[in-house]
Amino acid sequence: MIAIVDYGAGNISSVKKALEHLGADAIVTCDPMQIAAAEKLIVPGVGHFSRCQSLNKNLRSSVLESMRTGRPFLGICVGMQWLFQGSTEAPETPGAGIFSGECSRFPAEVKCPHVGWNQIECNGGSRLLHGINNGAFVYYTHSYRAPVIAETSACTEYGGAFSAAVERDNIYGVQFHPEKSAETGLKILENFCAF
Amino acid sequence: MPSNRLAKRIIACLDVDGGRVVKGIQFQQLRDAGDPAVLASAHASAGADEIVLLDITATSDGRKTLTETVRRTASELFVPFTVGGGIRTLEDAARIFEAGADKVSINSAAVANPALVSEIAGRFGSQAVIVAIDARRNDGPTEKAEIYVAGGRTAPGKYVLAWAREMEDRGAGELLLTSMDRDGTGSGFDCELTADVATAVSIPVIASGGAGNVQHFVDVFSTGKADAALAASIFHFSTHAVAELKQTLLSHGTPVRWPC
Repeated sequence: MIAIVDYGAGNISSVKKALEHLGADAIVTCDPMQIAAAEKLIVPGVGHFSRCQSLNKNLRSSVLESMRTGRPFLGICVGMQWLFQGSTEAPETPGAGIFSGECSRFPAEVKCPHVGWNQIECNGGSRLLHGINNGAFVYYTHSYRAPVIAETSACTEYGGAFSAAVERDNIYGVQFHPEKSAETGLKILENFCAF
Repeated sequence: MPSNRLAKRIIACLDVDGGRVVKGIQFQQLRDAGDPAVLASAHASAGADEIVLLDITATSDGRKTLTETVRRTASELFVPFTVGGGIRTLEDAARIFEAGADKVSINSAAVANPALVSEIAGRFGSQAVIVAIDARRNDGPTEKAEIYVAGGRTAPGKYVLAWAREMEDRGAGELLLTSMDRDGTGSGFDCELTADVATAVSIPVIASGGAGNVQHFVDVFSTGKADAALAASIFHFSTHAVAELKQTLLSHGTPVRWPC
């Protein structure tokens, strides 16, 4: 059972729909008990980083506990940004601090938000991105992005390089929307389901 | 890898009336070429980067079927999905999102109540709000181009450039700019108008109206500075239309999602 954590950040039905298409058993929940019981967690999200405040307030300990016990975790978009220390979009809202660094807005020389299909450059060895070609296109829609760090497993160029995907042990994050990235995205979700 | 490969998007538009696609019966192999769900998936498989479903239903009875149509269409669609037509309130938008759309497109309702754009953006994020602008300039300069509503029948007396900036300020995530001068003519996108609007705002601009051949897309992405282009009938010639279009764009140096 995969629990999709519902903390009021945008449309998450599409993630559930994609998992169901792949034959996975998934629920959408905001119940700490269900989160604690789930074999895997997905924290989706699109929109403002301040929405993570409700994640921090009610669900932080159960989500972190799930990660600590080695269960696979996938953060999508704002859900990935939350894995970092924070974002300049909402300085008063802390992230989980799993990865070091802070998310920040795209520089003024590029159009913002970054909307559409862009390419990922994979570092190789990523379990989540196994079978994904270098240069594959994925769908983005965001105004803030995470820096490239040691745990970056793929990056994308847009006003400089940013983390398209991060990965350490059982914890994964993607800035793009796999549920909206056609076959490439479904393959990535399939990899996660198989962990 | 080049420093910026953000792909120019090709968006397929389905006009739907009472739950049925009314224009463009194109994919001959389909068991039901009028079913939006079947047609949307076919377009996505053929390489369209996004799907827009535009409900042109005039009656409230027909309108009620929209939610169910959106739900069925979204269920097996794994590319971005926008729904427009008849969305007048935050509740209308919420219902469409709940049914599985990623974005809503609003036009007349934004003119009647500009705060609606901020309301939807505030609740669902700017990325979920496209403001559709129907523009006409009658060969005049873009500065004098006005917006139209009610299917092009009414001019509420607003200039396109100022309106585009206002919609950006109110939280629109993208603009869908249709040239009323070119729409249905097949004579090409209005590149001058598109470039002027794209330069005036920092959010993406989707060009619409006038696509007749592949060169028109090459032009709107280069001189027109469009971030995406929307077309309906050009895709109705064959199932390979999108792939052929993208290969031509690539050969002109336009970044597109390929292979797709």
